[in-house]
Amino acid sequence: MTYETIMAGFGGQGLLFSGKVLAHAALIEGKELSWLPSYGPEMRGGTCNCSVIVSDTPVGSPIIAHPNILMVMNEPSLDKFEAAVAPGGAVFVDSSLVPRKVSRTDVDAYYVPATKMAGDMEATSLANMILLGAIVEKLKCVRFGTVLEALKHTISARKASLLDLNVKAVTAGRDFILGA
Amino acid sequence: MKGNEAIAEAAIRAGCRHYFGYPITPQTEIAAYMAKRMPKIGGTFLQAESEIAAINMVYGCASTGRRAMTSSSSPGLSLKAEGISYLAGADLPALIVNVQRGGPGLGGIQPSQSDYFFMTRGPGHGDFRIIVLAPASVQEMADMTRLAFELGEKYRMPAMLLADGTMGQMMEPVELPEAEIDPADVVKGKPWAVTGTQMKRVHNIVNSLYLKPDELERTNIERFERYAKVEKDECLWEEYMMDDAEICVVSCGITARVSKNAIVEARKRGVKVGMIRPKTLYPFPKAPLMAAAEKVKAFLAVELNMGQMKEDVELAVRCSRPVATCNRVGGMIPSADEVTEAIVALAQK
Repeated sequence: MTYETIMAGFGGQGLLFSGKVLAHAALIEGKELSWLPSYGPEMRGGTCNCSVIVSDTPVGSPIIAHPNILMVMNEPSLDKFEAAVAPGGAVFVDSSLVPRKVSRTDVDAYYVPATKMAGDMEATSLANMILLGAIVEKLKCVRFGTVLEALKHTISARKASLLDLNVKAVTAGRDFILGA
Repeated sequence: MKGNEAIAEAAIRAGCRHYFGYPITPQTEIAAYMAKRMPKIGGTFLQAESEIAAINMVYGCASTGRRAMTSSSSPGLSLKAEGISYLAGADLPALIVNVQRGGPGLGGIQPSQSDYFFMTRGPGHGDFRIIVLAPASVQEMADMTRLAFELGEKYRMPAMLLADGTMGQMMEPVELPEAEIDPADVVKGKPWAVTGTQMKRVHNIVNSLYLKPDELERTNIERFERYAKVEKDECLWEEYMMDDAEICVVSCGITARVSKNAIVEARKRGVKVGMIRPKTLYPFPKAPLMAAAEKVKAFLAVELNMGQMKEDVELAVRCSRPVATCNRVGGMIPSADEVTEAIVALAQK
């Protein structure tokens, strides 16, 4: 199985980081993977995305034409990538920030009020991790436990104090999707 | 690990302790990595005042026999061209990394392969070539860094890693060599190096100025005898699904990765297609292309320029088969679907 994930939204939402955690979890599980950022002159507030491929077989192109997982954290990203999603794919929407619904009927849409949930946890910048928790729990592209392990490797020593909060966020995402 | 970081770490493990550079997207991670690591291991990281200064620092450092490197992206290479010509004229090995972006001029910052001609024809004035390696994975970014140092020293010529922005920015698993080369050892076996005579031998002179034309002619001829050996012995390439291929894709770097997906897709649609991926662009692997020309009916060059490698393919097969192009430029990358369509269209011609 090959999971081709695009995570898209505004710069500053931590999309590159959530992609890195997913890629690192795949690395820990011995899977083949690639991680590719959009690297335009983006800054906080501009559009931003990253492509992560997790596969049992070697990755060909790291560029994703038809993602089977799409995670969007703003409306322009949904507008941009919705049509490209492979039929039968899954779209995870931060419903606190994206006012509209997914218009495709041949994909599974999941609405997670991630930014609001993160605000309630007093961790507004961790909406990305809530969505990641939901994706991993729903689609099992990597094991949930491996994500927790990957967090330990990807959070720099300088920010080690934020590890617990990140664990809390991915767990909240998992619990939300289990209850949804 | 990011491709750019893999280059930096591989260079350190290959015994390089001297990095001179000037920041430019999309390769700045190399400089950032070196800035962090070099001071801790007794090496030199120096952010020069310009690309021209950086390449001339490499020139000076390389003349002492040390492993020296610089890195930049396309516009920076225009500035470095003078220094590269001097390095070639002085027969010095050094590593130059070019993580290409769209041009000409300041261009853009997205991936490109538009420096193909510029790099493979000898980037600078005068009659010379440099070894040009084209990585297509983060693993190759690391492996080819060490290889570039080795080949450059073997033939006493500058060697280049010619990547595109995607290769520099993407992350993939990479296995770095455990065995590190001792920087003290890299100077050994270089009788030409300027290391101080200790009053025991005559001076070594590293220079590219020859005012007597017969002398200068001799250096040029001797240099091209070395290039002939490089062309004979050092070509590297990968063949992918070529056994029964009727269409042969030729591509390097990120477009070779996209082409692999397209080849799998085109085969599902009944087209017998394979790929020859040059891993060395100079020397260009002419022999396998010539051999393929006996079997295939057409070639398809997939590249991020207006058809530069296409011309090398035509030369390699002596125009015995048609060579089509599938390309995007300016920082755009063809999708696997676009390449698949180009393959299918060529097969139906």
